[in-house]
Amino acid sequence: MFNSPFLAETGAIAQFTGRFFREGFRPRYEVREFLYQCFVVGYQSLPMVGITGFIMGLVLTLQSRPTMAQFGAESWIPTMVGLTIIREMGPIITALIFAGKIGSSIGAELGSMRVTEQIDAMEVSGTNPFKYLVVTRVLATTLMLPLLTVLADAIGLYASYVGINFKGVTSLALFTNNVLSGLTFADVLPAFFKTFFFGFAVGIIGCYKGYYADKGTAGVGAAANSAVVVSSLLIFILDLLAVQVTSLMGFN
Amino acid sequence: MKTLTEPAPPPAPTGSAEVVLTLEHIAKSFGDNHVLQDFSLNLHRGENVVVLGKSGSGKSVLVKCIIGLLKADSGRITVLGQDVGTLGHEAMDQLRAKLGFLFQSNALYDSMTVRENLLFPLRRQWLADRRGQEKEMVQQALEDVGLGDTAEKMPAELSGGQRKRIALARTLILRPEIILYDEPTTGLDPITAREISGLIREVQQKYQTAAFVISHDMDSVRLVADRVALLADGRCYAQGTYAELAKHEDPRVHAFFI
Repeated sequence: MFNSPFLAETGAIAQFTGRFFREGFRPRYEVREFLYQCFVVGYQSLPMVGITGFIMGLVLTLQSRPTMAQFGAESWIPTMVGLTIIREMGPIITALIFAGKIGSSIGAELGSMRVTEQIDAMEVSGTNPFKYLVVTRVLATTLMLPLLTVLADAIGLYASYVGINFKGVTSLALFTNNVLSGLTFADVLPAFFKTFFFGFAVGIIGCYKGYYADKGTAGVGAAANSAVVVSSLLIFILDLLAVQVTSLMGFN
Repeated sequence: MKTLTEPAPPPAPTGSAEVVLTLEHIAKSFGDNHVLQDFSLNLHRGENVVVLGKSGSGKSVLVKCIIGLLKADSGRITVLGQDVGTLGHEAMDQLRAKLGFLFQSNALYDSMTVRENLLFPLRRQWLADRRGQEKEMVQQALEDVGLGDTAEKMPAELSGGQRKRIALARTLILRPEIILYDEPTTGLDPITAREISGLIREVQQKYQTAAFVISHDMDSVRLVADRVALLADGRCYAQGTYAELAKHEDPRVHAFFI
């Protein structure tokens, strides 16, 4: 039991996270690399997140319409879709897309740098590779995912408005009014805050897997693969925890 | 590219010169594998020492202990008067500016151009008196290795020998006092290997750097070494000039020179 590889891995990830908090907030600050990573992680994910957000809103609206129509509740579609996207679908779908795109690329990039001794070369050049590579990427993913989620939510809601207008006519003002009337801060804020944790999970797992990649090209592939698998799983676990915490705080 | 001919003969023995690197009773094990057991050696200013040994004899481990990428289990490593084992992160980083390391795999940053590769150590080891001179320093380092026109290329566009030269330029740009070479000619064709050996000798003569070279390429050892040390059984089994060791009677030493 105590020799379990699962426990050993969990312990190693916890240590890696501890190192992030120990080293991440002490100088020297790698501001330039951090901003560059924000650009890579945030800006370059925009098209992917935008498209998935749009499809998510559209499909959700089109799928729910027949059922809602059966109960004569079509006018409730904006409220229902708004709640679904803001509270759950937006954060989770965006985080999963983000894990697939960014988690894998961080895992592969750092893994390949480890295998070709580029991380050692950095250390020899007088650079702390943990700060330069890990801290900047984890901070970038933690801060960029919430922004991407807000954007995906907005695009998803707009897609829902488009979907509603496939049959019948609804004005944007009425649609917005319906969406907002169904939302409270207790819906929006916990959903927003949990995305910081999702972003942190994607960054820290991607960096951990890459930073400690095994030698050889197979090690790079394995690092990219397990970065996505583990961070996706962690996103669901964090989501479950977030539901429990918000319930305890009386937000549900 | 400049064609290198037979390198100049080694300079006069440097027995009286200042010692810049001292290895005392270095031991390093990985589990039951005792790679280094009691290795001791000195390196003098301006001297080229080649550590010779079979594959897997612990040569790369030794050089990584010196640069601080691995920590020796016991023994003392003194570089330019500083005990590497007692240095903190910042002091070690400062020492590394005077201690170049050429990786066996070159370890060029493949997402950066050649110029960015050279600028990286320069900007990290920010030296006030060199501000504004970056461009000239990059060009000078590239010309030192005979590749003045490759600054905007990516490492993937270069040949194996050119990559080795760029890696050497990246090491040279900080004007280190000691350069550690980890198998500098491995994987290169004989002609290119000979050019790189000549370059190591040129660098030594131009900048008066000391070089600690790990190798098992005897042609390169002959061209580069002022002194040769043989690493066997985890210790310094024999040392002397190339000519002395070539005439050595011990069959384990002699085996390298056949």
